[in-house]
Amino acid sequence: MTEIPLAAPAVLKGPGATPQRAREREVFVPRDARRRTTLGALRERLRWPLGIYTTPVVILLAWEILARAGVLTKTYAPAPTSIVKAAVDLWQQGVLGPDLAISLQRAGLGLALGLSVGITAGVLGGLLRSGEYLFNGLVQVLNTIPLLAVLPLMIVWFGIDELTKVLLISFGAGVPMYLNLFAAIRGVDQRLIEMTRTTGAGTWRLVTRVLVPGSLPGFLVGLRFSLAYSVLGLVAAETVNADQGLGFLITQGQTYLQTNQVFVGLVIYSLLGLLADQFVRALERVLLRWRPSYEAS
Amino acid sequence: MSSTVATDLRRGTGVVVERVVRRFGDRAVLDQLDLTIEEEELVILLGPSGCGKSTLLRLLAGLDRPDGGRVEVPAKRAIVFQADRLLPWQRVLPNVTLGLHGPDADRRAREVLAEVGLAGREKAWPKELSGGEAQRVSLARALVSEPELVLLDEPFAALDAITRLRMHDLVRALRTKHQAAMLLVTHDIDEAIALGDRVLVMNDGRIGSSHEVHLTAADREASVAREELRARLLEDLGLAGQH
Ligand SMILES: Nc1ncnc2c1ncn2[C@@H]1O[C@H](COP(=O)(O)OP(=O)(O)O)[C@@H](O)[C@H]1O
Ligand SMILES: [Mg+2]
Repeated sequence: MTEIPLAAPAVLKGPGATPQRAREREVFVPRDARRRTTLGALRERLRWPLGIYTTPVVILLAWEILARAGVLTKTYAPAPTSIVKAAVDLWQQGVLGPDLAISLQRAGLGLALGLSVGITAGVLGGLLRSGEYLFNGLVQVLNTIPLLAVLPLMIVWFGIDELTKVLLISFGAGVPMYLNLFAAIRGVDQRLIEMTRTTGAGTWRLVTRVLVPGSLPGFLVGLRFSLAYSVLGLVAAETVNADQGLGFLITQGQTYLQTNQVFVGLVIYSLLGLLADQFVRALERVLLRWRPSYEAS
Repeated sequence: MSSTVATDLRRGTGVVVERVVRRFGDRAVLDQLDLTIEEEELVILLGPSGCGKSTLLRLLAGLDRPDGGRVEVPAKRAIVFQADRLLPWQRVLPNVTLGLHGPDADRRAREVLAEVGLAGREKAWPKELSGGEAQRVSLARALVSEPELVLLDEPFAALDAITRLRMHDLVRALRTKHQAAMLLVTHDIDEAIALGDRVLVMNDGRIGSSHEVHLTAADREASVAREELRARLLEDLGLAGQH
C-alpha cells in the first residue's frame, strides 16, 4: 500500500532546481526513548507543570503584581493575597464558617431533591414509553424557562424562606439530569439490546447490565450540568432575603464596600464549582474505564 | 444436486421452515422459502450480499416475524453476529455469562472460554481484544448456554484470512464437544466447503440448491471432488467461468 500525502504539492526550488517531487518521509520511534533521559523527563515536567491550572495561576500572579504595583485599586480588585487574608479573618471572626455551612446545606438539600426527581423521572422516561409521555413534554417546557426567571414566581408561591432556595437549586439540578439521562438511555446501541435479548437474559439483566452502564456517560454529563446549575441556583437564591449564607456575605460586603469580602464569596462559589467538576472527573475515571477514548497529546 | 423440500416433516428438534415470506415494502425478500436442518447438522447458507440471508437468520432467531408461512426452531438457541456485539463496559467473563444464571455460571463460562482458546483473558476489556479474540468471545457467549441451534451470521467475514482459518479449526473442534445444529451464513465459498455438512445456495428469495458434502477433512482442503463442488457452487451463484 502506498501512502500519498494529500496536501503536499510538488516542491520546486526555484527555476534551476530539479523539478522532482519532494518525497516526504516520517520516522517513528518509541515515545519513551526521549523521555528516559533525565533531561528529557525534566523538560517534560517543565513544559506544563501546572496542567489545567496553568491559566488560572498565571492570571492570579498577574493580578497580584498589578495590585501590589497600585495599578488596581483596593476597592475594585484587592490582591489575591489580601482576599485570602480577608477569608482567614472572616473565618476567625466566626462569620465565614456558619455562612459556608448554611450554603452547603442548601446546596446539598437542593441537589439531593433535584437529582432524586431527575434520576427517577429520567430512568422511567428512558425505559418506558408511558414514562416518556408523562415527563418529556413537561421537562422540555421547564427547560426553556431560565432559572432566574422562575425565582420571582417561587417567591410568590413559597415565600422567601429556605424552601424557595432549596427548590430553586433542585430545579436547576433536576432538569439537566432528566434530559441527559433520558437521551443517554434512549441512545444505548440498539444492536447490543437485541443481542442481549437473544442470550436469554431477562429484563432485569437488560436494565442492569446494558441500559444502566450504557447510559453512564450521558448520566455523568447530566451530573456535571446539575452540579454547575445547582451552584448557579444557590447564588441566585441567596441574593434574596439572605440573612445567612455566602450570598449574605457578598451582599454585606457590597453594602459596606468591603470588596475583599465580595471576592471571598465569589472565590468560594468558584471553588465549589471546581470541586464539583473534579468530583465528576474522578467518577468518570473510575466508571468509564472501559471506554476507548481520545487523549490529547 | 437435489433441492430439499420437506413440508410435512415435523420433528421435535432441528429447524423447520415452511413457505416463509418476508416483505420489505412490496419487495418479497424471502418468497415461499422452505428449509429444514437436522439435529446436529451444520448447514451453510451461501448467497450474494443482499439476497436475504440475514433476514432469514433473524426470523430463525425470533428477532423478526414472517409475513407468511411458519418457522419452527428450538427454544434454546444462540446467535453469533457479524460484529462481535460485546458489551464494551463489561469485561470478558460477564460478557459471556450475560444470559446465564445460577451459581456455576462463572465456572461454565471459564470452561467455554478455555475451549475457544481464551483462558486467562477473563478480565480483559473488549477494547483490549483483537477482532479474532472478540469474535471468539461472542462464540463462547453463544455456546455457554448449551443451545440446540446456533445461528452464525457471517461471523468471520471481518477477520483476516489466517485468523479465519484458525476459526474454522475452532468451529470443527467445538462441534465435537457441543451437540447443536448450526446454520452458518456466508458469502465465502471456501468457508462453505471447509465447514458444511450441507451447503445451500440462496436464489430469488428461496433455497435454490442444496449440496451434501461428504468429504474428509483432507479432501476439503484439496481434492478433485472439492474443485467439482466449488465449480457447482459457483455455477449456482451465477458466477460460472468468472473465477
Ligand atoms: N429492516 C429492513 N427494512 C427494509 N429493507 C430491509 C430491511 N432489512 C433488510 N432489508 C432488505 O432486504 C434485503 C436482504 O437483506 P439481508 O437479509 O440483510 O441481506 P444479506 O443476504 O446480505 O444478509 C436487502 O435488499 C435489504 O435492503
Ligand atoms: Mg447479512
